[in-house]
Amino acid sequence: MDDKKASGLAGMETGYLDMELLRFSTAGSVDDGKSTLIGRLLYDSKSIFEDQLQSMREASSRMGDEGVNLALLTDGLRAEREQGITIDVAYRYFATPKRKFIIADTPGHIEYTRNMVTGASTADVAIVLVDARKGIVEQTKRHSYIASLLQIPNVILAINKMDLVNFSKDVFDAIQKEFEEITTILQFKKIYFIPISARDGDNVVYASANTPWYNGETLLGLLEKIPVHSNENSLPARFPVQYIIGSNNDKHPDYRGYAGRVSGGSFKVGEAILVLPSNKRSFIEAIHEGSKELNEAFTPQSVTIQLDGNIDINRGDMFVKFTAAYPRYSSTISLHVCWLNAVPLRIGGKYIVRQTTDETSAIVKDIRFKVNINTLENIEDDKTVNMNDIAHITIKTQKPLKYDDYSENRITGSLVLIDENTFETVGAGMIVSDPEVFSYNI
Amino acid sequence: MAHRKLNHLKELESESIFIIREVAAQFDRPALLFSGGKDSIVMAYMAYKAFYPAAIPFPFVHIDTGHNFEETLTYRDKLIKQLGAKLVVGSVEESIRHGRVGEEKGYYASRNKLQTVTLLDTLEKHGFDAALGGGRRDEEKARAKERFFSHRDEFGQWDPKNQRPELWNILNGKKHTGEHFRVFPISNWTEMDVWQYILQENIPLPSLYYTHQREVFERDQILYAALPPIPRKPTEKVEVRSVRCRTIGDITCTGLTLSTANTLEEIISEIAGSRVTERGGRLDDKRSETAMEDRKKEGYF
Ligand SMILES: Nc1nc2c(ncn2[C@@H]2O[C@H](COP(=O)(O)OP(=O)(O)O)[C@@H](O)[C@H]2O)c(=O)[nH]1
Ligand SMILES: [Mg+2]
Repeated sequence: MDDKKASGLAGMETGYLDMELLRFSTAGSVDDGKSTLIGRLLYDSKSIFEDQLQSMREASSRMGDEGVNLALLTDGLRAEREQGITIDVAYRYFATPKRKFIIADTPGHIEYTRNMVTGASTADVAIVLVDARKGIVEQTKRHSYIASLLQIPNVILAINKMDLVNFSKDVFDAIQKEFEEITTILQFKKIYFIPISARDGDNVVYASANTPWYNGETLLGLLEKIPVHSNENSLPARFPVQYIIGSNNDKHPDYRGYAGRVSGGSFKVGEAILVLPSNKRSFIEAIHEGSKELNEAFTPQSVTIQLDGNIDINRGDMFVKFTAAYPRYSSTISLHVCWLNAVPLRIGGKYIVRQTTDETSAIVKDIRFKVNINTLENIEDDKTVNMNDIAHITIKTQKPLKYDDYSENRITGSLVLIDENTFETVGAGMIVSDPEVFSYNI
Repeated sequence: MAHRKLNHLKELESESIFIIREVAAQFDRPALLFSGGKDSIVMAYMAYKAFYPAAIPFPFVHIDTGHNFEETLTYRDKLIKQLGAKLVVGSVEESIRHGRVGEEKGYYASRNKLQTVTLLDTLEKHGFDAALGGGRRDEEKARAKERFFSHRDEFGQWDPKNQRPELWNILNGKKHTGEHFRVFPISNWTEMDVWQYILQENIPLPSLYYTHQREVFERDQILYAALPPIPRKPTEKVEVRSVRCRTIGDITCTGLTLSTANTLEEIISEIAGSRVTERGGRLDDKRSETAMEDRKKEGYF
């Protein structure tokens, strides 16, 4: 039989090809209703299939629940199902006609801070759950701190279990007021407050008749409207070189292209660029996405760039626009680190550093302070950094890094520390540039 | 041009191509696991894009249970030729002959589980240190927790409780000798994304995905192809129906869907209206609630 050819783009029946992608993370204390909320979003947006429902019904009745326990949809690993808790980051997907959503469902317990940090690292929106009966608790502060540390642009405080407080406006208002006090310390670009019941579905997908005093969006309505990637393309242009494509066949003799993902701003054919760290100047001759020629590449496209002239370029180098703001360039780096490993961080310890596509090694010079993420206070006297701790440290790298402040660019401002012996990823770093570190100097 | 935006398919593609290129950059001997199903076809297509105009810098590996649909093999060979790629075949039949595994018996016999041994043997024999696969997190709940770069110990085993954290787009493929990685560049895609992408990019598919007349029989409410690899019970009657595959595995574990969908548009609207997951038709997942997690720990795809 012959292979069939697709017949090209078509109309409505093909679904919606012009959806945007939005990534969000959820955090809340154990039993605040995260898993139920995600189950509810999937269920009400009709993203759960009949066979999944059937196996959830069976598992629910085995565990003695009446009805379908929507939390079972996300609690995937055997240990989680048995213990009824979420331990790892679970990724879930659903789509509406406007957007495709990627959810990072993360466990809320303090001993899983590292999982929350992982889930938050790529999120555009953080949903922080609060139990309406309990209000703002230590965990709420912790989850908010993580959202702010990871620079998630939007935070939604979902005040859940409103059914258990008679959908009281006073309860809602009091929680909102208390939360606004925290945010004088933590800075968020945008915060939203929504009263919901994940179990019954109030204000999740459908507006609730139980909260006539609430005029805002439903949770899903908000997720469909929040702007995504709004500022990435106005950032200074960054292109970390990932892989060098060389070809010498008849059609493409002496071909040399630099493959990578645009990690800030955009690049156009004909523009003057600077290759870091060699400081060589060149022009963009062509940009390709597969065999398709582009006039411009923007964040977060994966493309191949061809340059004018013959320059020695390696993985880990970075292209920036000749006239735009340059990244910082230093081997003394100050950063917030979230420790991910059971073996504590060692002062004087040597680690492998990965930052964009670059790699070097580094020695930990100093632990300036640890953060008590429950009270948001700095701890200066205790300098042991254990798993799930967040600290401000200084490292000295073997060769200088080309970076931006994490608050300016989450890709060029982040790094991971890797253990030299086990090769495990042990630390997640967010670079805080010191005022005394100058911009790249040419 | 103040507003430059990628649609969701382009953004997913860009992430996947980034991951495929990371594999080429970080590993000495990667390979792409190619089953002939739509996910691995999309992977092959993106690998082509990722390295254009150079050839794909790693071979394709097909684990052949010996129970393939003929169309899968025809498609595979044609694609390999078009891409100028190299093909390595790991044969489950050979593993059986060499006594590495024992054939299952009875009406439900399948070589699906046996593939794991052949896969690990093939990776070891060729010294592959990274195997790119088309697994998606939406397929199954154990897969929902899989990393892009998934570490396997020297026995090829997955330890779901001890996975390396993956933050931002930094991927850590460092390993000791004997260990390898499974890499899942389309982790974040759903079944619908894959179909929409195939439509958007106009990718040719094996004819099995479109409606065709075939001799089938019903078992446990699922239709299977009436072909020699599946022994039929005397009560299982063969009839000719219009069917298509929603996923393609080997004959013994591929459920067929009654369908008249003859174009990608028709397939997509059929899936959009469908009330069962694509794995609902896969016998291998029905064995127990945690069947996939158990197989994955042992080293399955
Ligand atoms: N009354 C009420 N119970 C809820 C609501 N949301 C979740 N629950 C219940 O709270 C418990 C914990 O929910 P779960 O989703 O597992 O919480 P998680 O630990 O945050 O994932 C379960 O028994 C849920 O049924 C709600 O809106 N109202
Ligand atoms: Mg949970």
